[in-house]
Amino acid sequence: MPAVQETVERVRRIDVDQYRYGFETQIESDKAPKGLSEDTVRFISAKKNEPAWMLEWRLEAYRRWLTMTEPTWARVDYPKIDYQDIYYYAAPKPKKTLSSIDEIDPEILKTYEKLGIPLREVAILEGVEPPPGGPPSANRKIAVDAVFDSVSVATTFQKELKAAGVIFMPISEAIREHPELVQKYLGTVVPTSDNYFATLNSAVFSDGSFVYVPPGVRCPMELSTYFRINERNTGQFERTLIIADKGSYVSYLEGCTAPQRDENQLHAAVVELVTLDDAEIKYSTVQNWYPGNSEGKGGIYNFVTKRGDCRGKNSKISWTQVETGSAITWKYPSCILRGDNSSGEFYSIAISNGFQQVDSGTKMIHLGKNTSSRIISKGIAAGKSQNTYRGLVSAHRKATGARNYTACDSLLIGDKCGAHTVPYVEAKNSSATFEHEATTSKISEDVLFYCIQRGLSQEEAVGLVVNGFVKDVLQQLPMEFAVEAQKLISISLEGSVG
Amino acid sequence: MSLLEVKDLQVRVEEREILHGLSLTVNPGEVHAIMGPNGSGKSTLSHVIAGKPGYEVTGGQILFRGEDLLEMEPNERAAKGVFLAFQYPVEIPGVTTWNFLHAALNAQRKARGEDEISSPAFLKKVREVAKSLNIPQDMLKRGVNVGFSGGEKKRNEILQMALFEPAVCILDEMDSGLDIDALRIAADGVNALRSPERAMVVITHYQRLLNYIVPDFVHVMSKGRVVKSGGKELALELEESGYAQFEDAA
Repeated sequence: MPAVQETVERVRRIDVDQYRYGFETQIESDKAPKGLSEDTVRFISAKKNEPAWMLEWRLEAYRRWLTMTEPTWARVDYPKIDYQDIYYYAAPKPKKTLSSIDEIDPEILKTYEKLGIPLREVAILEGVEPPPGGPPSANRKIAVDAVFDSVSVATTFQKELKAAGVIFMPISEAIREHPELVQKYLGTVVPTSDNYFATLNSAVFSDGSFVYVPPGVRCPMELSTYFRINERNTGQFERTLIIADKGSYVSYLEGCTAPQRDENQLHAAVVELVTLDDAEIKYSTVQNWYPGNSEGKGGIYNFVTKRGDCRGKNSKISWTQVETGSAITWKYPSCILRGDNSSGEFYSIAISNGFQQVDSGTKMIHLGKNTSSRIISKGIAAGKSQNTYRGLVSAHRKATGARNYTACDSLLIGDKCGAHTVPYVEAKNSSATFEHEATTSKISEDVLFYCIQRGLSQEEAVGLVVNGFVKDVLQQLPMEFAVEAQKLISISLEGSVG
Repeated sequence: MSLLEVKDLQVRVEEREILHGLSLTVNPGEVHAIMGPNGSGKSTLSHVIAGKPGYEVTGGQILFRGEDLLEMEPNERAAKGVFLAFQYPVEIPGVTTWNFLHAALNAQRKARGEDEISSPAFLKKVREVAKSLNIPQDMLKRGVNVGFSGGEKKRNEILQMALFEPAVCILDEMDSGLDIDALRIAADGVNALRSPERAMVVITHYQRLLNYIVPDFVHVMSKGRVVKSGGKELALELEESGYAQFEDAA
């Protein structure tokens, strides 16, 4: 059998068996009644002991949502979602108020252990060899906020972060403890009226992370949130808000998994980032929601709105994403380059296999003078999947000297999948410089044979070529995430390597 | 027992027979040159020995140390010691030469039941090998063959040959695309790897390569068969009289 054909066969056989995170945690949970109404919104708000302004904000979003229709422009296809057939709130039943990590339900601790997420405050020992000539690996600390279904179950290293002045806590707590900050920034990047899914999120979001880095502070460790959907028929609607005040810096990581289930589950998150003058946020995602089985049954609908606002001059926002999971991904992490000399980056690896559908990309909205943006997108399509890059680069009339560089590369494995590139470019002033490069290629039989003649197996050869293809983006990830992502890519595409 | 024995090999590509009963015996330490005009089946022979997909063997056999080579996957053949230096080495963007060689060497060692070689030990080894072949260290850090000149690509093949220490090396049109200086450098590399244990099969269109890599035996191929075999003087004879005389013999 020709090498490429064999790869295609092998890739075709890979489905849910390869999804390592498909287990379910048996735990009692506290749910809102099924379906969506004003009562559901009030229920969630009451559960969170929210102040009146927050409930009003939610209700306003809910009322607006009722007037909106679901968008259909994306290149994705799915049966109509019954929004009354979803639980909008599910929380592990609390035994009592928690004062330390040891009081968390051991089943939940076990879940995160199985997922490889450290909820205990230990420095992560990197077990990887440094690259030749590279710096020796050091112990690094990562603070984790773990969100289980609708609530945050643990946030680590709170004391150490507090000493540095950094606020890192579940957003439900921030609403109570730092209302002035939340009120000042929530909904200012992604307004409640933004789009169907963002509006829905504004009405029913239950938890997520809140980060505030004060002026001049370089956050002493990586911050990380780990999202887990566990309950059946439950939507996850998390909300993340990160503010980097003047001259500050923070690097934030996000990971996601869900159990294997036959029915589709909705995940409609909103992430808002704000950088003030000279501040920088680096936001990395490794998304590995359950993608559905080999017949396309089940899997997460990942309809997410992520946007960053470079509000201050010389500020910077960088998005890096590795998307391997979800039945459908609809996601465009974007940057509004409002401050003069601000810059935005988007580095993406989107892998689709089986019946997965990905419609993802970014928007770079140049508003300030001399703003710059960079987009590097790597799409890999295998099986019967469809993989679309959709991007917008625009320069406002006053955004003189705006610069953008875009490179979109697609790699096809097999002949039943599709890769599509839909770039929109709008320049409203003549001084803007926009560059766009795009390539589509297949893993060639000659390249595979070359590798195999040197002793590599078919699977090792595919893994090597694919990892080479995505290298520019992997390099943007923090080291321990890059190693994890590399493994994930191998699993998504190769199955039984090793 | 011979190292490599090709017996009455018949090969088809999409219904068309390319090799019509080709035989060749190679012993350790020997250097064989296979010459012939375009389309005589030289490259097909090298591809079938290495196990490239797309060829159908309809008759005959290939034995490597007495084992049936055609039953083995291409990577197993590599681990056993069959090396093909490609006419057109491919580019693999984003994969450093260093990483590629390390992964390949470990895959071969694993297949032979040997321990994998650690990064520091490998780095030391590959640096030594590169140095002995006058290959700049810088090449190891670049993507596999990405942006390499024709000469650099061929030197990368020789570097791999030196590193993997194969029992038989098949050099497919090593001289194509090389100017005379690059050719000399590549040939010096090959000569440095000649040893009493290692055999080489040098496939070439032109005699000039054989001025630098002097063969023990020369075989002339035409229309899918070996039509004449002899010593190194046969190559010189060909240089003067050309391939036309063999067209009828085939």
